Amino acid sequence: MNCIVCVTSVPDTASVIKIGPDGKKIDEGGIKWILSPFDEYALEAALQLTEAKGGEVTAVTYGPARAEAALRDCLARGAHQAVHVAGGEATLGDSFTIATVLAKAFAGRSYDLVLCGVKGVGTDCSQVGQMLAELLAIPHVANVTKLEVGDGSLTAGRDVEGGQERVECPLPALITCQKGLNEPRYAALKGIMAAKKKPVEKVEVASLGVTEGADPFYVVRSLELPPPASEGTIIKGEDDPAGAAAQLVNLLRSEAKAI
Amino acid sequence: MAGILVFIEQRNSDIRKASLQALSQARRLAGGEVAAVLVGSGVAGAAPGLGAYGAAKAYVADDPNLALYSAEGYAEAVAKAAAATSPEAILFAGTAMGRDLAPRVAAKLGVGALADVVSLERDGDRLVARRPVYSGKAFATVDAGGHTPQVVTLRPNVFAAEETGGVAEVVTLDGLALAIRAVVKELVDTGGGEIDVAEADIIVSGGRGLKGPENFALIRSLAEALGGAVGASRAAVDAGWIAHKHQVGQTGKVVSPSLYIAAGISGAIQHLAGMSSSKVIVAINKDPDAPIFKIADYGIVGDLFAVIPPMVEEVKKLAG
Ligand SMILES: Cc1cc2nc3c(=O)[nH]c(=O)nc-3n(C[C@H](O)[C@H](O)[C@H](O)COP(=O)(O)OP(=O)(O)OC[C@H]3O[C@@H](n4cnc5c(N)ncnc54)[C@H](O)[C@@H]3O)c2cc1C
Repeated sequence: MNCIVCVTSVPDTASVIKIGPDGKKIDEGGIKWILSPFDEYALEAALQLTEAKGGEVTAVTYGPARAEAALRDCLARGAHQAVHVAGGEATLGDSFTIATVLAKAFAGRSYDLVLCGVKGVGTDCSQVGQMLAELLAIPHVANVTKLEVGDGSLTAGRDVEGGQERVECPLPALITCQKGLNEPRYAALKGIMAAKKKPVEKVEVASLGVTEGADPFYVVRSLELPPPASEGTIIKGEDDPAGAAAQLVNLLRSEAKAI
Repeated sequence: MAGILVFIEQRNSDIRKASLQALSQARRLAGGEVAAVLVGSGVAGAAPGLGAYGAAKAYVADDPNLALYSAEGYAEAVAKAAAATSPEAILFAGTAMGRDLAPRVAAKLGVGALADVVSLERDGDRLVARRPVYSGKAFATVDAGGHTPQVVTLRPNVFAAEETGGVAEVVTLDGLALAIRAVVKELVDTGGGEIDVAEADIIVSGGRGLKGPENFALIRSLAEALGGAVGASRAAVDAGWIAHKHQVGQTGKVVSPSLYIAAGISGAIQHLAGMSSSKVIVAINKDPDAPIFKIADYGIVGDLFAVIPPMVEEVKKLAG
């Protein structure tokens, strides 16, 4: 059971976002970069599978130099190999180009299962996994919160509105992983030390025949902070909660027309 | 001028409201003809009615193997409809199905896709989309770089569905090359008859301020009085008070109801990521400095245990 886990390095979800001088990207000053939280579920699922069935976990990222930290994090938690396709500054948010680069980077590697996070936190597109599956000509199941892998096939639970789809699928396949699938482990100190010594294979994006930015499928015209929220009507309800409740319901009916 | 194709989602032949919103948006934007593509088994009867929302033609892929959703099978059907219409854009509603299908279709057609779009306008022959990024801490204005078709997924309940009258001409898609490997064996109902938060027009959510699982009864009573759904913060879900399917936020569901009431929820950025595009936001919190008040249109500073019961009574009075 060989697994490839696609990971990405993203701003910590608690980061304050500022717009950079070009008005198209964030200002990266002061940002702490982390492994995208959903990728943790993907990595954990891969680690559990290989622990149970043998085989190796390869973590792959396509990103700038700092993305190596996300790979080190994966190695520290138990991934066997790591591949860093260097680049990605010009293709941020361009799911199709990212999927194309990953698909090319997979050439010559053997895998039974490819695992991605359900979305890369930040660009929030939720598309790379499905596109990668199409480019690799394998089936996929997205938004997986339950997984059983048997001989040559998997059964997955995928959350949809008001229900869950039970999906059966032959291997090789790709899944995108959602919260609820497992409880990701933390890296132990021993793992962190060992990860520092493990090699990270470097791949130049140009060697895959992709010229970044030459033919984008996602062009950012501008990036803005949300408009400041207008002052709401806040009622003091400590002394007369019932009066406040009546006033609120009245406003929702007559002013907001929301009920 | 090339038209716009809209993927129409149905469950048991019930057309999703979010798909009609996408269809109406296509009609508002289209330079050419608007076409719909409806996929399923025994669904053709629902096709002509799509004309009322602006579809001149409705392409129907009707096959027993498409009764339940399949990314591969549905992508084949949409690609066939795209081949028949050569659209400048293909729109999807950003439901669980649409979010899954749009990128698979896009890659099949060799193009990218713009996800979770909250505004879509025309600039010459390009569609220009606005979408929240960094969990709604910023908004990006983007386009598809001149590639066609431009595949776009629209956030549900942000665009208005408008009935304008008309009947769609039904065109059957045949010769589908269905090679479905990932097969949905069943759709298990986990809703238990409740409205799913992702679909609800009114949501009442509870957080850690509820102090315990039994107090979700209070949230539920207000939700029921309003005809809405029950939502929750991650703190409440992680405490095991309520199932994850109720969670709103970055690692839960993204919702845009017309009314969102947050009780005992502080308003962490990851929670706001899931609900800040709601039309009217109400906060009930005893801490006047809770961040949720910054984005609330209305609020009560007070104890939710003292505020919610009289609210339920007031709402019931309205209903008469
Ligand atoms: C990667 C990541 C993803 C996350 N994803 C999500 C997500 O999807 N959804 C989500 O919600 N969170 C998410 N979080 C967690 C988020 O950061 C917050 O921890 C969480 O939203 C807090 O929930 P809460 O508001 O219920 O609890 P708290 O922050 O503890 O707030 C409780 C509030 O209740 C109020 N209160 C207490 N008693 C009363 C009373 N009697 N009457 C009225 N008010 C009262 C308090 O004043 C306080 O404001 C995520 C975090 C991370 C790191």
